[in-house]
Amino acid sequence: MSDFEPKIIGFLCNWCSYAGADLAGVSRIQYPSNIRVIRVMCSGRVDPVMPLGFLAEGADGVMITGCHIGDCHYIDGNLYARRKFGLLRRLVEKAGLEPERVMLEWVSASEGQRFAEIVTEFTERIRGLGPVACDEETRLNLRAAKAAAEEYRLRALVGKEEKLVERGNVYGDDVTQEEFDRIMDEAVETEYTRNRIRLMLAREPMSVKELAYRMGEEPGNVLSHVASLRQRGWVALLELQGNTPIYHAMEAS
Amino acid sequence: MTEEIRIGVFVCHCGVNIGGYVDVPSVVEYAERLPDVAYAEPNLYTCSSDGLQKIQEAIEKHGLNRVVVASCTPRTHEPLFQSACEEAGLNRYLFEMANIRDQCSWVHMREPEKATQKAKDLVRMAVAKARLLVPEEEPEIDVLPKGLVIGGGVSGLTAALSLMDQGFKVHLVEREGRLGGTLLKLDKLFPSNVKASEVIDPLVERVEESNDVTVHLDSKVSDVKGFIGNFDVVVDTPGGPEKLNVGTIIVATGAGYLSPEGLYGYGRVEGVVTQLELEQTFKEVGGLEGVETLVMIQCVGSRNEERAYCSRVCCTEAMKNAIRLLEKDPRRDVYILYRDLQTYGIEFSAMEFDAKKRGARLVMYDKDRPPEVTGEEKGPLVRVYSPLLDEELTIEADMVVLAAPIVPNVDNEALSRHLKVPLNSDGFFMEAHVKLRPVDFATDGVYVCGTAHSPKEVGESVYQAKAAASRAGIPMARGSLKAAAITSVVDEDRCCGCGTCIEMCPYNAITKNERGLAQVEPAVCKGCGVCGASCPEGAITMRHFTDEQLEAQGLAAIGEA
Repeated sequence: MSDFEPKIIGFLCNWCSYAGADLAGVSRIQYPSNIRVIRVMCSGRVDPVMPLGFLAEGADGVMITGCHIGDCHYIDGNLYARRKFGLLRRLVEKAGLEPERVMLEWVSASEGQRFAEIVTEFTERIRGLGPVACDEETRLNLRAAKAAAEEYRLRALVGKEEKLVERGNVYGDDVTQEEFDRIMDEAVETEYTRNRIRLMLAREPMSVKELAYRMGEEPGNVLSHVASLRQRGWVALLELQGNTPIYHAMEAS
Repeated sequence: MTEEIRIGVFVCHCGVNIGGYVDVPSVVEYAERLPDVAYAEPNLYTCSSDGLQKIQEAIEKHGLNRVVVASCTPRTHEPLFQSACEEAGLNRYLFEMANIRDQCSWVHMREPEKATQKAKDLVRMAVAKARLLVPEEEPEIDVLPKGLVIGGGVSGLTAALSLMDQGFKVHLVEREGRLGGTLLKLDKLFPSNVKASEVIDPLVERVEESNDVTVHLDSKVSDVKGFIGNFDVVVDTPGGPEKLNVGTIIVATGAGYLSPEGLYGYGRVEGVVTQLELEQTFKEVGGLEGVETLVMIQCVGSRNEERAYCSRVCCTEAMKNAIRLLEKDPRRDVYILYRDLQTYGIEFSAMEFDAKKRGARLVMYDKDRPPEVTGEEKGPLVRVYSPLLDEELTIEADMVVLAAPIVPNVDNEALSRHLKVPLNSDGFFMEAHVKLRPVDFATDGVYVCGTAHSPKEVGESVYQAKAAASRAGIPMARGSLKAAAITSVVDEDRCCGCGTCIEMCPYNAITKNERGLAQVEPAVCKGCGVCGASCPEGAITMRHFTDEQLEAQGLAAIGEA
């Protein structure tokens, strides 16, 4: 795999990091050519859905760079970038990938050298990890992670995390980071698993027992997820094979 | 009805900057085969008037309705190309750039094949986004004809007067109890030897006498809200906080001098002073009595690991004072211990020659073996190793004068946060572009001049101040401007009114409408996209950076090997 050339997507904020990358150019600082840059106005613009989608479609690593904390052109957009990145990292890990395949760093407009160093280091890191497996299972898991990132509950949680943890909830209760992380981990687990079930059933109708076997999960757990998916109208009973109900996924509305 | 998409791709050689490393003809050939690309051509310089004209001709000739330029960075050149498109009748948001110079040819100079491949990929990504671009409209914003100048030194005063002369009202905020800044401490200014007071006093008088400039002394800016055309500024004055409403802001807060405690005996050895203190002595008593031997040490506490920059004025200042001392008494011994002489340009070089002609002794020292100053009974004793002579000189001095560096103001950090403008790694305010936008900040309507920006001499501060004032005058003279179209927009059919976006928006640009749904104020929205990337219902679209456009770019990046 020594000639493996990783495909790397970089989201750069317009005001600091993109300018830092420009400075690396103006200063003729050389770095590996693998990175393909998408310019966004703010690192906070990067919806976790996008990096997950790119990983599912063949990217080997995604880096996000923004202004240093306190220097954000949009005051505190990068604080939200950090929260969104937390969800992204969790979901990458859930999908069975090395969480190091995604990276969030701060690069200012004057840090051309630092930008080049970060890109070099990240490229070497991904080169070391090798390509994302292109088997069907990995792709399905990544698509499930992407779908989970689109879920209302996770997005609402991430959207409120900064203020919830920093300022407490509307009732004046303090929510500690640990407490929030626990809630988040649980929500990520649930949403990811449900979307995985949905995608597995979309590929091939099967029973709860079969699902549980393939997922390595407790059948009881899987059954409760299936019940919840049925309530949402995403999964339906296809037929009975003997006494065993076979489920299939409904078209996404 | 959907129109057929016809994209024109213009690939710039940028002389040899791109063409020397990237195979431009093959990128053009590649671009021609991309979906929806109707036309592609190479240009020597796409940004030249010839290149812009070619874009405009191609728009007409080939019926182009999207334009992609593969050249340099959109941060400097996008507006230029957008305007060219607009002149040819194409909405300026139907334009996209691929940065194949700063992010490609310049950083992969040793890998021309990979650089060419990457350039093709970047063009493919830009085309993928261009296919999804839609025309956008720019809302009109009124600009108040009132400026705020922060800092009442030579830069701030010059800027304030220039704004006033252009016919605008000005608020001038000064931290100290008196206008004038650093020039109040200087005696004579190089290269003309004019008295500093002759420069600064008339400026102060004009400002104080003017009815158009309101001066706030002992005051500080403590909060800034709003945007170009309409900033709400809170100034803490001795009489309590005062609210100002201005259209533009000029930062002219100046800089400080490092007090070189502990360096070369400063603060410990009698007779060791700074150049600024020497100036003050000149100003107060007119000369130096009883000083026969004087040693100036340059680059004190600067051009080192901690403070890498050059303070720009010290070498010429040393020459100025050496000439002055030797003019008065040619029998004096004046030594200047330096690392590199930075008496740049015509007049300052002439001063260096003048000082040498009058007998100033210039001794180069080594950064790693700097001079030593000790306190002896007769006065300070200076030991300096000269690498040119390869020997150590011992000088019994009456006075040692240290060239302490100009350092950024301690207030810079707070002010940069209030204004949302960046500082460079040394702590000075950083302009939007060193060559193309030297007195603008990236934030519209905020400008910089003088030593707040970097160490510089008075003349340079004055012309930067005039430049900043003329830049600030443009939107104020026009009275209105077009705001960026890159804002977020809420799809009311999908919005559930959860309020996540309202909480996140850094500008309070989103409110709930009478139906309890989110609503964006386009003039306030700055287009960061933080709201869209978190909307639980996916109801927010970021104009010009939509999910679909960014996804298309990313998929195009990985789509083809």
